[in-house]
Amino acid sequence: MRSVLAVACKELLQIRRDRRSLLVLFFSPIFFLLLYGYALNFDIRDVQIAVEDRDLSPESRRLVSAFVNSGYFELAASVEDPAGIVALMERDRIRAALRIPPGFARDIRRGLPGRVEVLINGENANTATTVLGYVNAIIAAESAAYRMSVRSAATGAAIQLEPRVWFNPELRSALFLVPGLIAYIGMMTAVVSTALAVVREKERGTMEQVRMAPIGALPYIVGKSLPYLAISMTAGVSVVLASMVLFDMPVRGPWWLLLLSMALFLWGALSMGLLISTIAQSQQVAFQVALLSSFLPTMILSGFIFPIASMPAWLQAVTYIVPARYFLVALRGVVLKGAGFTTIADSLGALVIFAVIVTGLAAIRLRREWS
Amino acid sequence: MGPDGSGRVEVRPREDATHAIVVRNLTRRFGSFTAVDDVSFEVRRGEVFGFLGANGAGKSTTIRMLCGLLRPTAGTAIVGGVDVTRDPEGVKSRIGYMSQRFSLYESLTVDQNIRFFAGVYGLEGERLERRRRFVLEMAGLEGRETTRTRELAGGWRQRLALGCAILHEPPIVFLDEPTGGVDPVSRRQFWRLIDHLAASGTTVLVTTHYLDEAEHCERIAVMNAGRLAAIGTVAELKAVFASRPIVEIQAADAVQTMRALDAMPEVEKTSLFGTAVHAVLRDGGLSPDALVRRLRDAGSDVRSVARVEPSLEDVFLDLVERTS
Repeated sequence: MRSVLAVACKELLQIRRDRRSLLVLFFSPIFFLLLYGYALNFDIRDVQIAVEDRDLSPESRRLVSAFVNSGYFELAASVEDPAGIVALMERDRIRAALRIPPGFARDIRRGLPGRVEVLINGENANTATTVLGYVNAIIAAESAAYRMSVRSAATGAAIQLEPRVWFNPELRSALFLVPGLIAYIGMMTAVVSTALAVVREKERGTMEQVRMAPIGALPYIVGKSLPYLAISMTAGVSVVLASMVLFDMPVRGPWWLLLLSMALFLWGALSMGLLISTIAQSQQVAFQVALLSSFLPTMILSGFIFPIASMPAWLQAVTYIVPARYFLVALRGVVLKGAGFTTIADSLGALVIFAVIVTGLAAIRLRREWS
Repeated sequence: MGPDGSGRVEVRPREDATHAIVVRNLTRRFGSFTAVDDVSFEVRRGEVFGFLGANGAGKSTTIRMLCGLLRPTAGTAIVGGVDVTRDPEGVKSRIGYMSQRFSLYESLTVDQNIRFFAGVYGLEGERLERRRRFVLEMAGLEGRETTRTRELAGGWRQRLALGCAILHEPPIVFLDEPTGGVDPVSRRQFWRLIDHLAASGTTVLVTTHYLDEAEHCERIAVMNAGRLAAIGTVAELKAVFASRPIVEIQAADAVQTMRALDAMPEVEKTSLFGTAVHAVLRDGGLSPDALVRRLRDAGSDVRSVARVEPSLEDVFLDLVERTS
């Protein structure tokens, strides 16, 4: 126990002395929080739209103003024919166009569905999907409002369709990204720093010196990992607190569940770092292996930025071995949905399984290396 | 049949009062390469025992096995009364180890390094304080406790590394080429420390390829290609030349002189020592005067011929030649 403490103290002293790793450990989380929170914004406002109104009725004008008044669209041009739309779209002057054919008002008055056409520039699929979401919401709201106003005269009662967005009502990207950011930081500190810290001792020969002392592999590894666990937990909690202040992120679920999810995820990540350190003989190799095995999958395959549902099936299958995938589900559940333990138990279970397997592999490799 | 069913009777060395290290038939193979081949020797308590050999001769591999860091393929070793094949961890509290890399934490201070290794060895309280002061004094680093190890010159780093390796007062100390990359003055100081250790009863096993350092040792083992080529005191090793006199010849053209010597049946072999030529003569052979005459006849411009005592270098080269 005393030797574990000696190793942990030594490691903390070393981290304190190493300006570069200090910078990475403490400033990169805040840097990335600001970067992702403000710059990487998936919200789209002031979408430039062209309108081709061939009906020119009070109803068609009302629909156009509903688009403009929504705050999401800005009227860029009124055109007379489809050719005008094509020209504007090609020159990137507009992202979307609304076409109202003649007879729109007539159909509505007869109780038939009024048909409108919306054209969206699909170059950027993410943006297009978002814009389409706005369009659907506006049209649904308008048709409900119209039906209500017509029928209220006749029956005095109407069902109003109220589109509602759950969990992130304002569709703010920041709230969606923060859990991913915590996973990212966990990977940074837990996997990369741990792997580098162990491999550095191998490179410099201090590992051999320590192995000559009567200290087992386990106390050495535990002592070496503890500071990184503490640092990554602190960094994770700081990001949550900073997000609460900067982005009004709620923490709707219990804090203990948030910390438990974080601890389980970091356990797996630390073991991953140790496993890498037993494979790599130089810091350079360790960094590359960490990057490929942990860092990139966390960024790309966890649902952090790219939704898993829109990946091809084989890639979706790969995501099942990415621990960040489960961590994101758990964390988004706790933070945004206020989920309780039973709701995210599956994800936590997956994290435990991952951590146990990787810890086991690391222990086997370590034992082989030490004796 | 031996207990392991190998057909060979296994002789387990016992700890005895006079020997700190007992090695029997120690062998280590890496795949098809045999790094250490059937090595046996003993080291007495309080002895400074030298391990001499070229790079790759198997010195470090032997030490690593004796420290319990590497499992032997065959054979046994008792270090400080502990069988390294049975209890490699038990050996570690009885030994100190220092390598040529002086493996300290460079970003930490002198004091932080001492305290870390003390923690790893389980030192605390009054003993920690006493040993800490001892190491600082021994390394000459009093007053520089807060200096980072990186900023220390080689000699100080080397002495601090030795201090950290013997914090727990081990009865046996392994030094693996401890003086590599250190200036001659620091080397001399370091050997004075080794002599102090031995005088206080510590057994020291040191590997080196500096022949002048080997002369410091009470006994020397010469390793070549994984095998033990010779073992004994410096005088015993030099005895291989007892009936084979060595003469040193100064001549204007050393290479031509060597060629002339090699042609003589009385000359066993020749080697170049700086600008001089050393010739090993066969038993009873030539007197120096006769040799001068013979060389002059062969057209060599000889300035002097003198019988010399064999140096350790002569011994080493002779052993390496005969065992490879």
